[in-house]
Amino acid sequence: MSARNIIIALAVVVLAIAGVLGYMTMNGTPQRADLRIGLVLEPPILDPTAGAATAIDDVVYQNVFEGLTRIDEHGAVQPALATSWEISPDNLIYTFHLAKNVTFHDGTTFDADDVVYSYNRILAADSVNAQKALYAVIASVTAVDPQTVKIVLSAPSGRFLFDAGRGDASIVAPESEPTNDAKPIGTGPFKFIDWQKGANLTLARYDGYWGTKAALGKVTYVFIADGVARTNALLAGDIDGINNTDATSLPVFAKDARFKVLVGSTEGEVILAQNNARPPFDKLQVRQAIAHALNREEIIKGASSGYGVPIGSHFAPHNPYYIDLTGTYPYDPAKAKALLAEAGLPDGFSATIKVPPVPYAQLGAQIIASELAEVGIKLTQVAVDWPQWLGDVFTKGDYDLTIISHSEPFDIGIYADPNYYFHYNDPDFQAIISKLNATTDEAARKELAIAAQKRLAEQAVNGFLFELPKTGVWNAKLEGMWQNEPIEGVVLTGVHWVK
Amino acid sequence: MIWFAVRKFFGFAVTFVVAALVIFAALDLLPGDPARFILGINATPETVAALQHQLGLDLPFWQRFLRWLGGMLVGDFGTSYAQNQPVGALIAGRLAVTLPLTFLAMVLSMLIGLPIGILAARRRGSLADTGLMVLAQFGVAVPNFWFGMLLVLLFSVTLHWLPPGGFIPWGDNPAGALNSLVLPSIALALPQAAILARVMRTALVDVQGSDFIRAARARGLTMSEAVWQHGVRNALLPVLTILGLQFAFLVAGTVIVENVFYLPGLGRLIFDAISARDLVLVRGAIIILVLAVTGTMFLTDLLYGWADPRLRARDAA
Amino acid sequence: MSSLLEMLRRGWRGHWSLRIGTIAALVFLLIGFVSFVWTPYPIERLDVGSAMQGPSLAHWLGTDHLGRDLVSMVMKGTRTSFVVAAIAVAIGALIGVPLGLGAAAWGGPLEWLILRLSDFLFAFPALIIAIIITTLFGPGAINAMIAVGIFNIPVFARVARGGALSLKSLDYLAAGRLAGLSNWEVARKHVLPNIMSLIIVQATIQLALGILAEASLSYVGLGTQAPATSLGLMLKDAQTYVLLKPSLALIPGLTIVLIVIALNIAGDGLRDLLDPRLKRIGALRAAD
Repeated sequence: MSARNIIIALAVVVLAIAGVLGYMTMNGTPQRADLRIGLVLEPPILDPTAGAATAIDDVVYQNVFEGLTRIDEHGAVQPALATSWEISPDNLIYTFHLAKNVTFHDGTTFDADDVVYSYNRILAADSVNAQKALYAVIASVTAVDPQTVKIVLSAPSGRFLFDAGRGDASIVAPESEPTNDAKPIGTGPFKFIDWQKGANLTLARYDGYWGTKAALGKVTYVFIADGVARTNALLAGDIDGINNTDATSLPVFAKDARFKVLVGSTEGEVILAQNNARPPFDKLQVRQAIAHALNREEIIKGASSGYGVPIGSHFAPHNPYYIDLTGTYPYDPAKAKALLAEAGLPDGFSATIKVPPVPYAQLGAQIIASELAEVGIKLTQVAVDWPQWLGDVFTKGDYDLTIISHSEPFDIGIYADPNYYFHYNDPDFQAIISKLNATTDEAARKELAIAAQKRLAEQAVNGFLFELPKTGVWNAKLEGMWQNEPIEGVVLTGVHWVK
Repeated sequence: MIWFAVRKFFGFAVTFVVAALVIFAALDLLPGDPARFILGINATPETVAALQHQLGLDLPFWQRFLRWLGGMLVGDFGTSYAQNQPVGALIAGRLAVTLPLTFLAMVLSMLIGLPIGILAARRRGSLADTGLMVLAQFGVAVPNFWFGMLLVLLFSVTLHWLPPGGFIPWGDNPAGALNSLVLPSIALALPQAAILARVMRTALVDVQGSDFIRAARARGLTMSEAVWQHGVRNALLPVLTILGLQFAFLVAGTVIVENVFYLPGLGRLIFDAISARDLVLVRGAIIILVLAVTGTMFLTDLLYGWADPRLRARDAA
Repeated sequence: MSSLLEMLRRGWRGHWSLRIGTIAALVFLLIGFVSFVWTPYPIERLDVGSAMQGPSLAHWLGTDHLGRDLVSMVMKGTRTSFVVAAIAVAIGALIGVPLGLGAAAWGGPLEWLILRLSDFLFAFPALIIAIIITTLFGPGAINAMIAVGIFNIPVFARVARGGALSLKSLDYLAAGRLAGLSNWEVARKHVLPNIMSLIIVQATIQLALGILAEASLSYVGLGTQAPATSLGLMLKDAQTYVLLKPSLALIPGLTIVLIVIALNIAGDGLRDLLDPRLKRIGALRAAD
């Protein structure tokens, strides 16, 4: 046997193996009730009441766990485990009537004691709930009878029912709570099956579900952090859809009939945040100059493939109180240079921009650096990862500029806190917000919200860029996905295949 | 021999403990707080403090280090901050991907590299030799992530022959698991194959001129038979040395390929854990890699010492 | 040193691989270094409006996703890749060679310590340490140089020590020592010039490996950062758009491949020329 024969034999064996394996993967399935969905980030744990990671809600929110209320696709509060409720005239006492015949996935029954347990766990001194502050308004939670819970607030709160619908307020059972991190047990339409760390996570329809049962029999989440790998996985059919992927990959799918691209809105305002306490950003003219130097159209095209609505203040365009303020400081480099000269900086200045690891920020920072360079502002781009961003920028406030999306709904109030990392201390604005918080009349609230938006825009507190789009890509035969993202989560209750 | 082994073991133990200290200290310096990362931007300072206490992050440096080192001696690598799971189990799960991937890549690199080396050596100076060696130059020069990208574009996106990435657990479907390792192992194996081909060729060319081949020819074997029966076996020694050296580096080198193919391996575990400041997990995973490399070195030293008494003597001197 | 140049001059004619490799490597070097003074377009000024253009008279290779001219990008990218790799080699050689010479000259505890240190560095998975270094000190070209350079130290230390040991028994060293030269002077005046060829060959190989390492680091986002560019960073940026415009990934990828091949061929040629005993390339690549 000569060397050449051996080589030929080896080649034949290798090709044969490749052929067999290839054939096996090509075998499709005719009728499907399962879904393989791509997720950018893997959840660290699966208990939505014990961590802030969005990926936790992406898997379990309204799928595995339910709260007293739920948020629907349009951001409205709907009944969930509480099928109805009454509110006392002073807006302090909420009486929730719970759904009947509800069981947890381990077969135990759900009743008022579970609600009391879950809420007391959020409020406890050693609580590690990421949104504990939202629920600080609760004075007491008591079970009136197995089907009725009474929650007393210490002050009226217009958003309490919304907060009760967050993943952070999911109802857990005392028996299964300690193991919810790895093996979540909830009351939702899907039950947890299996979690292969680093690879995928499987849910299956819970046949004992008390409400409308899910159409999908089985859901597999595939974790793909790399944007290109996600695109490839979709193109190769390894996954059926992605709830939200980098906008930069959308042009590939936009013209492909096998896919549908769902572009919706999120609550995320992408801003060029400025350290208002640090010179020269403490000068109004400098901030105005930056605002004039920013070309939103170019930024949206380059950083988000053209998807995303330009904003002129810190407010979501789909909100009824929204007012378009993008014209406050239109793109005008000459004006920007003049303003810098007025501020005593005719030659511009140098600053650093801290860039978190997301495509809109990485691309956006390059474009903004180029635009600001045109008016004489030289930016040094410093890449940071999330823990660094949280530590240096958010907690310590140690930065000049950064790019970030603020994804909390209706969060314009953060500008009223002078200690927030923008370090924006404006008594006029603070007065508007405290008045807004104390106002219940709808027309008056709208007026105040508009005043707040205008004040931020005029003061050019931050560079207001665009509303982050939600860009989902799905198999064209899938229906029932949420187009918008009013709250964190990938709700699969209504998702189904069509012919 | 006993003394030799004891001395070597001492060196191994010192390296390991120093490595552990370096890893622990370096990771302690990383900016960013694990508790803050887990809880996100809306958590109150009290909540963050509560979690820090729960994770043991509020203890002094030495206490945490000694606790970690002590735990490792009894096989306890600690509990992951972010995932609240034993680090040992998390790492074991990842090794079930990384080790087979490395092994497959090594086998592939031999299947591709050795025959090419043999062929080139047999046809030394011919067009085939030149062509194959030019190919080998390409193999050495191609960045493996780029090659992986091209493989996915061709075999997954265009031809739909093989999955573009991901991993089916061995327990679910062994064939599927193997299938998901085909493209990554090819991407990983190519540079190794190219190096092996070159080493094999050089070694064989050296051997062809040697006495025992001439002796075999004199016994009436053809050149082919002589080289195959005697030459290849002798040439395999340098090849095996290289393979042994590269195994450890391959294990660590999978990190990039695991990213391209979103495989749940050890490299990606470390990468993800660093960006989540899951320091316990990072420390455990790196120390396992260090242990693998130093352990291999220690065993190799022992084997060499056992095989070659002169080495023992020299080392003692 | 003069004997080295003499040898190079003699060998130049006979070794076609040396000629091709060296010329090709120098051409790439030139392309890269011209970008210090001139590129067809400035790459810092983005022009999103003219992104993703095909080749034209204005842009010979077209433009990328931010409207930057690809010819200019390749020029600057080549330069960064070369500079990062070269400085990493310099770090390795400047620290590693004295260590290796010292180990060979004094032996004993010093040698033991140096060997342990180099074992210690080998025991760490290089890429992962690079990830930690860049997370600690921030990603960027300079930290990438340091991260790659650290792992060049033991490579050069071993080569220098091995070369020096093989010379140790030679008469002229003994003569030098008899003439009253210290260990260090012997090493510097007699050993170093004689192992220079080994070090140059190793440097060429490490340069090629350094270019690949820079590409890997930049690919995972820890190497060169915008607005600077390197071939690795270009590949990272390109992958998102590879399906829309494959040339974005093919051009920098092929550039890397060609540079590395050029350097490797030049290195192989040099080795054959300078030291025929070193034909076993594998031993030199153990640090791969």
